[in-house]
Amino acid sequence: MQDCGSGQVIAEFGLAALWLAAALAVLQLIAGGVALSRRGDALGAVVRPVAIVQGVLALAAFAALVAVFISTDLSVKLVAANSHSAKPLLYKIAGAWGNHEGSMLLWVTIMGLAGGFVAAVERRLPERTMMATLAGQAFVSIGFYVFLLFASNPFTRLAEPAAEGQGLNPLLQDPGLAFHPPTLYVGYVGLSIAFSFAIGALITREVSPAFARAMRPWVLGAWIFLTLGITAGSYWAYYELGWGGWWFWDPVENASLMPWLAATALLHSCGVLAARNALRAWTLMLGVVAFSMSMIGTFLVRSGILTSVHAFAVDPRRGTFILVLLAIYIGGALMLFALRAGSISEGERFAVTSRESGLVFNNVMLSGTLGIVLIGTLYPLLAEAMGMKVSVGPPYFNPFTALFVVPMLLVLMVGPLLRWRLDNFGRVRSGLIIPALILVLSIGIAIVMAPGKMLSIIGLALAPALAFASLLPLRGRRLSRVKLPLWGMVLAHFGVAVSLFGMACDSAFTVEKLVAVRPGEAVRVGPWQVTMKSITPIAGPNWTALEGDLQASYNGTAPSLLRPQSRSFWTPPQQTNESALLTRWNGQLYTVLGDEAADGRWQLRLWWKPFVTMIWLGGVLIALGGLLAMLGHVASDVRRVIARSKIAFRRERQGR
Amino acid sequence: MKRLLLILALFVFAPPLLADDTMPPAAYAYRQLDDPRLEAKARGLMETIRCLTCQSQSIADSDASMAGDMRNQIRERILRGEDPEAIRRWLVERYGDYISYAPQVSPATWPLFAAPLLLLAIAALLLRRRFARSGQSGAVK
Repeated sequence: MQDCGSGQVIAEFGLAALWLAAALAVLQLIAGGVALSRRGDALGAVVRPVAIVQGVLALAAFAALVAVFISTDLSVKLVAANSHSAKPLLYKIAGAWGNHEGSMLLWVTIMGLAGGFVAAVERRLPERTMMATLAGQAFVSIGFYVFLLFASNPFTRLAEPAAEGQGLNPLLQDPGLAFHPPTLYVGYVGLSIAFSFAIGALITREVSPAFARAMRPWVLGAWIFLTLGITAGSYWAYYELGWGGWWFWDPVENASLMPWLAATALLHSCGVLAARNALRAWTLMLGVVAFSMSMIGTFLVRSGILTSVHAFAVDPRRGTFILVLLAIYIGGALMLFALRAGSISEGERFAVTSRESGLVFNNVMLSGTLGIVLIGTLYPLLAEAMGMKVSVGPPYFNPFTALFVVPMLLVLMVGPLLRWRLDNFGRVRSGLIIPALILVLSIGIAIVMAPGKMLSIIGLALAPALAFASLLPLRGRRLSRVKLPLWGMVLAHFGVAVSLFGMACDSAFTVEKLVAVRPGEAVRVGPWQVTMKSITPIAGPNWTALEGDLQASYNGTAPSLLRPQSRSFWTPPQQTNESALLTRWNGQLYTVLGDEAADGRWQLRLWWKPFVTMIWLGGVLIALGGLLAMLGHVASDVRRVIARSKIAFRRERQGR
Repeated sequence: MKRLLLILALFVFAPPLLADDTMPPAAYAYRQLDDPRLEAKARGLMETIRCLTCQSQSIADSDASMAGDMRNQIRERILRGEDPEAIRRWLVERYGDYISYAPQVSPATWPLFAAPLLLLAIAALLLRRRFARSGQSGAVK
């Protein structure tokens, strides 16, 4: 009983930390706001420390939640509903954020830590802008604290402790998915910092290259995490759902894609602002839009509106709460933007043939793509609210997003080669002859190899040309002298080509085989010969399974073994298919064991997917490119700070 | 909700489509058509038909028994020489627009198709404004 007692208060401790953090956020907002007035300097001094402590307290609350999940404290409602004592430790921990309340707590924790970090290190901007930024950050946090404390308290106790927990959805019991939501949340929340910077700049009208340089690492960081999160989520859906699809235009996926599109645009316009002091109002606008997309995404995923608009209407408390938050933040920010945009000049001018123009084109096309995804995602919900049920899927999204993405990719081949402000197309023309030739050649090859598949042909044609063109900015440079951000750009653009190639190959060349076989029988799928050896029952910690032993031989080479499983979980009872994949440099063999057919044969689903892994490899390259760019920028920022303090130090000494 | 849909579906279904978890899956639920051309046709259609018992998946990506029955139905009809779009129309007639992932222009869906045009117009306008102005200021060197 006694050691139970010490464990018992952990939930209360977490709740207390959460309340304190919320109170500090209010203080941060007020102090930051007052600091903007002339007499408020004294209060301004508390803003930074308060922001740091608020972050620490939020972290403490989150740690408390993880602790109750690890000890499976079944008197906590959330634990009883989402965990189980027999679950492996990894999934007990991951269970802490694999549900609504926990994930919202994770959200405010990351937000608090990020705000605290900004308060601790960011000293480049005018102090007034920083005060406005931190007040803005507190303002956003308060909404989420209120939401947590009043509409989704993760620490609620049960009157009677449950005898056993209800378990976690087996589909979510996968290492990939354990870390997928935190990754996305870091991305979402990084954009909240960019949002706060934009608000700060709008309030104080301080938009400068220094502002863009302060905001850029956050945008880049958020964007890297979003890229990785989307890539990992796509791969998870690919191997876990058991049908070989990797992107479904599911609203949940779109919810992560939309902030990514906005962040990609923001990242590029931020670069223009930092380098050339141009696109000032546009960058602020994108800062607001990017975080708005994060919030819309959270609303879609967390309000339950996707399962059914009707279920949402029956129990609308949470959904309405987030909707009101959305209205306040997005509406307020857009209003502020409308009020201030007129007084923020557009900044430096540039000619049509210039780096800036290429980036403007990129921004407009990305925004167009974002518009399509947004409409395609929200329209079915609107229609359902009006009593009509429509579905919007790949036949809508694929062609309409291509309408914007394809021109963007074409311009991407040229844009990075152009100089800032004013360039002459003749200067770069000679470099583009080879990519143009590759493009024409690969169109021909693609038409022959994938006749009639329009989008696959476009992808197959664009990818090699883009891959080559993305390397051109390195031409004529000494590679040892090339700075990190340029490497980052080249790598990320190359990654886009790689990913595009994977997508096009998958849709053009996948071979599918659905069969029922007896042990000993062999099946041909593409270049593979797959033989079913045997079926054996096995048991895991919270499931039993039938495992198929498959021998696969590529064009007659030595066979490899694959073991797809058909698993039955008992808490909660559910069947899942664990696919088994065999990866070669040129593609993946994808095998799934289905049910037993009537006559002792077993269902097998086999796919040969040439170059499919390129999709995710490209995603990782894109994120890596972002990382290189971020490291480069941060390193040069640090160098600049050190140099400045050295100069200040010398001056002080000479003055003495 | 899912169960409700399933029960609803059971009522709506014609006898040959009657889905039941205890019955073995229909012939073409997990089997392809022998003619790869016909199978490609069927696959193209199945990828754009929503599975009514799962969330946001097509019947080509679903283990639900109802999705299996619909795959069987589609393959059989393709085998009989029916046109995929005709089968889609037949399905939409039975289950409503909701079943098809390919929205058709109709009084309920026109905003979906007006939106891309509007976005294109805005994009063109933005780019034109930007470049027309910078064209003039191109003289400012």
